[in-house]
Amino acid sequence: MNYKKYLVLLAVMCFGSTGDALLKRGMNDFGPVDLHHPLHVVAALGNPWVLAGITVLTAFFASYLTALSWADLSYVLPATALGYVGVTLLGRYFLHENVSPMRWLGVLLISCGVGWVTRGPALTVSPSPDTRVHGGEEQHEVA
Amino acid sequence: MRSLDLWGAIALIVLGSSSGDVLLSAAMKRIGDLDQLRLGSGLPGVIGRVFSEKRFLLALCCFSLGFFSLLTALSWGDASLVAPASASMTFVASAVMAKIFLKEDVDHRRWVAAVLVCVGVALLR
Repeated sequence: MNYKKYLVLLAVMCFGSTGDALLKRGMNDFGPVDLHHPLHVVAALGNPWVLAGITVLTAFFASYLTALSWADLSYVLPATALGYVGVTLLGRYFLHENVSPMRWLGVLLISCGVGWVTRGPALTVSPSPDTRVHGGEEQHEVA
Repeated sequence: MRSLDLWGAIALIVLGSSSGDVLLSAAMKRIGDLDQLRLGSGLPGVIGRVFSEKRFLLALCCFSLGFFSLLTALSWGDASLVAPASASMTFVASAVMAKIFLKEDVDHRRWVAAVLVCVGVALLR
């Protein structure tokens, strides 16, 4: 895998966690959503923090699309799992949330799980004629 | 806000996101490597090809459900709970759906990872 593809995965991680943190900052300003008026949540789109979050998440989506064009879904998701740690760090230090030791342990276990899965094959090559996959040298034939 | 409401919103995030992920992955596999497509057709060609794929448009609908559920959940709970919980459960749900619908090889390594992730999510509560 060349450095451009690693940069794409890094972008998925960074944009995803930053976008989530920005959305949370905006929703803190907006206040709780009333279950009896669920469409009220659309008004949150006028909040600048929410708009900034949407902008960053758009960048996340573009990099995510690119990654999915050359790798399996079950490879891309765990490969970008450090974003979980990122959003917890942002929650702790940017949003000043209380993150208990049990939550840190949970994040650690999640990271171990996704670290474990990324050691396996990255791509399943389908024999289906209508499925075209271009993965270059990192394609693996999976039994 | 009751914990049940929060976890209901998180379940909707997981449903919308994992369905969207699977549809998006199927769409991108049909389209092929975007870098190669861009070299041949340019950026407008890439955008046109992506937006003409029905699975991509369906994926956007699913992501919209997940997004508004995310906004709702974030207004009720901590980002450090909502984001990792929904994202990690989406990982597990997407792995199951990838095996069923995309015929990806989800071997024992990926199931062990799924268990670790589930325990991690339980600790996030």
